[in-house]
Amino acid sequence: MKVIKILGTGCSNCSLTEKMVSEVVSENNIEAKVIKVTDIQDIVSYNVLSLPTIVINEEVVLTGKVPNKDDIKKLLNV
Amino acid sequence: MFEWLQDFSDWVASDVFGLEATSKLSEVLHFFIYDTVKILSLVFVVIFFMGIVNSYFPVESVRNYLSRKKLYGLEYLMASLFGVVTPFCSCSSVPLFIGFVKGGIPLGVTFAFLVTSPLVNEVAIGLFIGLFGLKTTIIYVISGILLGTVSGIILQQLSLERYLTPWVQQILENSQKETEKFQKQSTAFKQKLPFIWKESKSILKGIFIYIIIGVAVGAFMHGYVPEGFFEQYLSKDNLFAVPLATILAVPMYSGASGILPIVQVLVAKGVPLGTAIAFMMAVVGISLPEAMLLKKVMTFKLIAIFFSVVTLCIIISGYIFNVIL
Repeated sequence: MKVIKILGTGCSNCSLTEKMVSEVVSENNIEAKVIKVTDIQDIVSYNVLSLPTIVINEEVVLTGKVPNKDDIKKLLNV
Repeated sequence: MFEWLQDFSDWVASDVFGLEATSKLSEVLHFFIYDTVKILSLVFVVIFFMGIVNSYFPVESVRNYLSRKKLYGLEYLMASLFGVVTPFCSCSSVPLFIGFVKGGIPLGVTFAFLVTSPLVNEVAIGLFIGLFGLKTTIIYVISGILLGTVSGIILQQLSLERYLTPWVQQILENSQKETEKFQKQSTAFKQKLPFIWKESKSILKGIFIYIIIGVAVGAFMHGYVPEGFFEQYLSKDNLFAVPLATILAVPMYSGASGILPIVQVLVAKGVPLGTAIAFMMAVVGISLPEAMLLKKVMTFKLIAIFFSVVTLCIIISGYIFNVIL
C-alpha cells in the first residue's frame, strides 16, 4: 500500500492537485492512502522550494506544478 | 501590427451595432474591442514566451547557484534578475524562503528575490506592452529589478534575522551544516512545450475576467472622462500624489490585471506616468495575501519593515520617473 502525500498550503493549485490524485487513485483501484499536508513545518522538512508537491512513500516525486492525470498515473506506475 | 484590429473594431462599432463613428458610445465600444483583443493576445504571447524561459531557470537551480557562488555584492542583482525569470506562486513563498535560508543565502538577497518575483512577472509584462508600449515596459522592468536590488541591500543592513519566528531562527543556525542540494527534474524541451502551453492557457483563464472588467471600466472612462481631467488633482507639482497613490495601492492585489487597463486611461487623461508606475508597482508587488503567508516565518514587525522599505523605494522611484519621463 502506497502513502501519497500532497504538500500544499491551501492555494487553488494545491487543492486541484489533491483532487486529481484522489481521482486517479479511485478510478484505477490503487491501494493507496492520500494525505494532505498543510503544516508548513512538515512541508519544509521535505526540502522543497515550490508547491504543490507530491510525495509517494516519503519520496518527493513532483514539485511546483499541477500534474495532469497521465503524469499522476506515470508516477504511480499504472 | 494591430491595424487589422483597428479596422475590425471600426467594423463592429459601425456595421454590427450601427453606431455613428463620432458618437461617444461608438468610441467606448471601439476602445473596448481593440484593447481586449490586443491585450489578451499580447499577454498570452508573453506568458508563453516567459514559460519557455522559466523552464530553464527552475527555482531549485537558482537557489543552488545563489548559495554556492561567491558573488561579491552582485548577489542582490542576481537574485533580483532570477526573480524576473523564475515563476513562483505566492503559496510557495514560505517553502522558498526556508529553502533560501537553509542554503545560507543572506536574508537581504532572499528579499531581493521576493520583491522582484511578483513585481516583474509575465502577466504584468504582457499587460504593460499592450497598454503602454515597449519603452515604458522596459523602464518598468529595469526599475523593478533595481527596486528589488536596492530593497534587498537596505534590508540586509538592518540585520533582521532576530525578527524571524523562532523555528526559522533554528533553521538559520543549522544552515551552515546543511550541504544538501535540491533535486531538479530535467525534462526534454519538446516534452515541456505542451505543459507550458497548458500552463499559459490556465494563467490566462485565471486573469481573463479581470482584464475584461478592467478594460470595460477603462473604455467608459476613455469615452466619458474629459481630457486632462486628473491633471488638476494629480499633477507633477503635487508632492503628495506619489505617496498617496502608492499607499492606496498596497491593499489592492487580486485585481492587478484589472487595474492596469484602468491606470492606462488615467495616464491618458493626465495622471503623470511616474505616479501611475508607482501605483502599479505597489499593486503588483506588495500584497496582503502574501503577508498572511509570510507570517509563518516572520514576526509582524519584520513584515512591517519589509513592506515599508519596499513601499518607500516605490515612492522614491515614482518621484524619479516624474522628473525624468
